[in-house]
Amino acid sequence: MYLFKRPWYPLCSSKKENAVISLRIHADGIGGIIILNKQAAIPMKRESNARKVSYWQIAGKSMKRHWQLYLLVIPPLLFFLIFKYYPMLNAVLAFKDYNVIKGIWGSPWVGFKHFELFFENPLFWTLLKNTLLLSGYLILAGFPIPIILALMINELRGNRFKKFVQMVTFAPYFISTVVMVSIVMLFLSPRLGFANVVLNYFGLESVNFLGDPGMFRSIYVWSDIWQTAGYSAVIYLAALAGIDPTLYEAAKVDGASRFQKIWHVDLPGIVPTIVIILILNVGNVMAIGFEKVYLLQNPLNQVNSEIIATYVYRIGLLNANYSFATAVGLFNSVINLILLLTVNGLAKRLTNNSIW
Amino acid sequence: MTIQLAGGKAIKESKGDRLFLGIVYTILILVVLAVLYPLVYILSSSISSPAAVTSGKVWLWPVDISFEGFRVLFSRQEIMTGYLNSIMYTAAGTLISVTLTVMIAYPLSRRSLFGRNVFMMIITFTMIFSGGLIPTYMVVKDLHLIDTRWALLIPNAIWVWQVIIARSFFQSSIPGELLEASEIDGCSDIRFIRSVVLPLSKPIVAVLVLMYAVGQWNAYFDALIYLRSADLFPLQLVLRSIIIQNNSSGGTMDAMAMVQKQQLAELLKYALIVVATLPVLVIYPFVQRYFVQGMLVGSVKG
Repeated sequence: MYLFKRPWYPLCSSKKENAVISLRIHADGIGGIIILNKQAAIPMKRESNARKVSYWQIAGKSMKRHWQLYLLVIPPLLFFLIFKYYPMLNAVLAFKDYNVIKGIWGSPWVGFKHFELFFENPLFWTLLKNTLLLSGYLILAGFPIPIILALMINELRGNRFKKFVQMVTFAPYFISTVVMVSIVMLFLSPRLGFANVVLNYFGLESVNFLGDPGMFRSIYVWSDIWQTAGYSAVIYLAALAGIDPTLYEAAKVDGASRFQKIWHVDLPGIVPTIVIILILNVGNVMAIGFEKVYLLQNPLNQVNSEIIATYVYRIGLLNANYSFATAVGLFNSVINLILLLTVNGLAKRLTNNSIW
Repeated sequence: MTIQLAGGKAIKESKGDRLFLGIVYTILILVVLAVLYPLVYILSSSISSPAAVTSGKVWLWPVDISFEGFRVLFSRQEIMTGYLNSIMYTAAGTLISVTLTVMIAYPLSRRSLFGRNVFMMIITFTMIFSGGLIPTYMVVKDLHLIDTRWALLIPNAIWVWQVIIARSFFQSSIPGELLEASEIDGCSDIRFIRSVVLPLSKPIVAVLVLMYAVGQWNAYFDALIYLRSADLFPLQLVLRSIIIQNNSSGGTMDAMAMVQKQQLAELLKYALIVVATLPVLVIYPFVQRYFVQGMLVGSVKG
């Protein structure tokens, strides 16, 4: 799933009194918005006839009457077919030896040759390890922090300061990946970088942070947290705002302390949201963003920074080894899909929360 | 401890609670400083003198204010080209994306559209599975879009997430009565969209415009894989080559000029970051306002 930053999904639905509140969350990437969508659970009137007619008759009628709507849908649908579904067909490339002259469909079938080559390649384990360690680290460190941040922001009573904190922590989200990596490089630069100036001030040796493979994951993860924690916290803040106020009154009457209130009211109230976000994060471990890793990569830290996505780019587009790169990419997509389905199924069984 | 039940307003806090709140405030102030500091530092560096930046004299506020970095920046051809390209891509890309998104989102919000759930499934499936980098690249190549401006505007024009939020806005915020009334008056669907739906949908269109615009302005990946000619590069790609790959055009010169050039190159990086981020951060307060609106989409007029 390289072309998408990280996928986003419609999120949890929970029945509450008479209203269906569905909270949809964008996991990460560009342009996320949360919607608290309260729709009265009144059965909607059907625009079609009440008479019992076959589906196709309804379809025909609807098309005749609303042909303009169907016309409008065509260009966007074509977009999805051409740029999203046709590539899925093109993925048969993974089972062929690509030949420029014969094209994708004329190239000879080779079965699982490219997959076998990949699995036998000693790089396979390194790539898998790097991908999983990087995203595992990101989840372990990056997942709890926005929750804590949201719980803390939620405690603030002054409206001004609350808004200010939210605005400031949210801001880095709008910085582009290139600029983000540029900032990281300037701050960590071996000679004049801020981090080394501070180290020198305390009499310590300069460190070439980006040249040290051991530092790579920490740099990636913590700069990511710096950039997205405020954004992710908004999701939890929205969930916190939706907690039944009578619960707080009850807690007050019972004389709960602030911490007890957080522990017994706030946290349980946002558990469904937490579970959903966790599913999305775990379901995306293989789809860790190409963009930032690629920019942070250099020959010195490549031992730890080469992940499947960057490898596909290098092999496929730079070395023009299309079939092999497609096989590697397909392997990644399939594993990711399986992971997502598994985690979703587990969460459904264990907590009754799932993304669909 | 006094408890005021009816108002629920005044409640005397215990010592522990005040301590707890004190800790929360302290941590959040530190968080705010940690987020703001790099941003202020870069802004300050960009308007300091080259010598002050490279000798590490800048800590927080600008030292020997000079706009040398920006002067150099605006005199370099590739940066200006990149800037203009990015403006062009952002404007055109946003227009295309928003139009296409509304074109699919509105019909999908109508119950009379037969098979809309199937359409919706077709669209959302692309969020969890994709053909991958190379197969997509092949499609773009087959369409002869490689190394054309269209490669940045079309292949990622619609984001599924935007379709979902736009659709749920239309579903919850366009009253069914309006549709019924206009149908009785014999109003066509297109006309209904033009004269009823769009005027009522300004908040969601604003959200779409801002999100697509920020995304397009910040994007570099499509440009990296689809573009070859430097005169088509957006600013982000130019930025990458100057800051991350450290390509500053060299040449033989005496030591003094060399040092100056290096200092200037360093300064240029800060100025570039400022110039590339400023447009987004300037509109950010507005974006945030619409974010809140986006969050409340549907919840007000359920």
